[in-house]
Amino acid sequence: MYPITPATSVTHYMASVFKDVGGFVHQAEDEIAAIGFAIGASYAGKTALTVTSGPGIALKTEMIGLAVMAEVPLVVVDVQRGGPSTGLPTKVEQADLLAILYGAAGDAPKIIIAPATIEECFHFMISARKLAEQYRCPVFVLTDANLATGVQPFPKPQLKEEWLSPPIDQSRWDTNVKPYDWDPETGVSPRPIPGQKNGNYVLTGLAHNSSSKVAYESEANQNATAMRSRKLATLQKSLKPPSINGDESGDLLIVGWGSTLGAIEEAVETARAEGTSVSSVHLKFLSPLEPGLEEIFKKFKQVITVEINYSDDMNDPMYNRGNMRHAQLATILRSLTLVDIKSWSRVPGFPLQPEMIHQVINDEVAKLGGTK
Amino acid sequence: MIGLKCDWLLEEKPRHFVTEDYQAGVPRWCPGCGDHAILTSIQKLCKAEQFAPEETVFVSGIGCSSRFPHYMKTYGFHSLHGRALPIACGIRSRRPDLNLFVVTGDGDCTSIGAGHWMHAIRYNMKMVVLLFDNQIYGLTKMQTSPTTPAGAYSNTHPNGAWIEPLNPISVVLGITNASFVATTVDWNPPHLYETIKAAYQHDGLSFVRIVQRCPHFTPNYFTNYMDDPSKVLMMSHEDGIPTTDTMKRYFKNSTVHDPSDLNMAREFASKTDVMPIGLFYKNTNAQKYHEFSSVGMNTTNEAKLEALEKELGRFSI
Repeated sequence: MYPITPATSVTHYMASVFKDVGGFVHQAEDEIAAIGFAIGASYAGKTALTVTSGPGIALKTEMIGLAVMAEVPLVVVDVQRGGPSTGLPTKVEQADLLAILYGAAGDAPKIIIAPATIEECFHFMISARKLAEQYRCPVFVLTDANLATGVQPFPKPQLKEEWLSPPIDQSRWDTNVKPYDWDPETGVSPRPIPGQKNGNYVLTGLAHNSSSKVAYESEANQNATAMRSRKLATLQKSLKPPSINGDESGDLLIVGWGSTLGAIEEAVETARAEGTSVSSVHLKFLSPLEPGLEEIFKKFKQVITVEINYSDDMNDPMYNRGNMRHAQLATILRSLTLVDIKSWSRVPGFPLQPEMIHQVINDEVAKLGGTK
Repeated sequence: MIGLKCDWLLEEKPRHFVTEDYQAGVPRWCPGCGDHAILTSIQKLCKAEQFAPEETVFVSGIGCSSRFPHYMKTYGFHSLHGRALPIACGIRSRRPDLNLFVVTGDGDCTSIGAGHWMHAIRYNMKMVVLLFDNQIYGLTKMQTSPTTPAGAYSNTHPNGAWIEPLNPISVVLGITNASFVATTVDWNPPHLYETIKAAYQHDGLSFVRIVQRCPHFTPNYFTNYMDDPSKVLMMSHEDGIPTTDTMKRYFKNSTVHDPSDLNMAREFASKTDVMPIGLFYKNTNAQKYHEFSSVGMNTTNEAKLEALEKELGRFSI
């Protein structure tokens, strides 16, 4: 880690307790070194995590590309704050999604998950490590200043040994298995760890073939890029469609992610009690997306995302279909589902209040000529 | 006819490694590049020390020098420009068992990676850091590096580099916790080999600047030292780089320097009339970061679960 608000509280806590569970916190000289150190430890077979906030993600971007390219398991926690630049360091925002999804040189697919509650923050970290190891790629856990500073009781987890990372594999490597022995169906490959006899390979950020040899041939690069991408579709096949809060069809569907869960559900509950036809869906997986979204969306007259990031005001005549910039999740959902999804988003520097969302619901349902 | 005993199949035979066990591929460096001599020296060291290839890791950044891991049949990590050191530190933090080498260049280490360079020296984790200092950017075709001599032509300074170069040894000797600081030259294989060997044997981060010829872009940079070896000042001491008679015959200009003397080391490092080679400074008492970071790495699952249970208990109501 490198000190950055509002992510430092994570490492303060870990520094005080990690020694008891056999871990350690490295305070690096900068954000780049922090992720480099984690990548080095992971390459050497250890479980590694780096925690930062938006400006730190920007600095780490080249290293993130390396972890994607060389398929190094890694967990990156981004405690999002207001941006861009130094922005609102202590205030909440959900504005790093697109930067993480697309902010890289070249094609760099990675897994992104977003816990919505403090209980999910606990369990998602265990999933993140497992996903990183299973899919041999970086996994991003997006939280925000709201979750980072919140307090919420939840049932005490029953600890399981399978939650712990396994000891590093030092068994003899099968010489018939290449260092990137991509399964053409899934894109997944096992990885050798230093110390494994016969596993010797040179990890490189250069384009490489399955033997990890530098390969500039166009076919090799096309294939390797496709294999890295394929892992996301493979992961999506193991996911379930999200559950719907409310009816499965109706006038309006609110889609949210991350810490806005409580506010959205409270607003939906109030509106439904008033007889409004509104439901909500909260996404936990942002890359890959949970399956079945298009089918869910098509059962509603209008779908709208509610997010804490910037989007052009849809009621302002300045904006039209050709120039309107949508909220970040909406941008992704529109491109992947071809559903004409709207977005309502704000960057007030404080968590969205249920009353604000309730107003949005009423306004949108009124536009639809919906019934109360 | 010799019969096979079935338990032989399970027996781990003592292994003996030959040079070929460390050689991978044909180096793509230019003919006459000093990197070839360094590669040979390293492979000789691997064989002399009988490193198991799977327990040996070469980490590099980007540049001509950083192609190095591709030519070693060990584990390797060809990383990003300037970033070899944090990655190597991450590896060492919890892998005390690996033989760890970092290969970097003057652009990679002293320019884009300078921030990490200073801190890695201070962390003093056990590894050999080899700075291939050819005083020019080679891979990107002849741009000025921080160690390019003032006045020297490059594609970015066609009228000559503007300011005096950075002295990597003086920099390292100014960093707290530096523990092994040496210079050698690629064109004297015995001195090169003995320096790398001493660096490997040191318990801490060994920083070795290797003055390295680039026949393509800077063919004349070091000819004065090669034509007149008396322009090289060889430092020797019983705690320094072992000097043989052959070396002494070649480097006639030699002097005794006690590597425990930091002030004298700094004085030698700042000499400009001659090029000092040998061991400037060595401190076996410097703190090593990995001795802190590796505490608890063998904690059992039972102990981890017990500690976690206790921690969760703190928040129970």
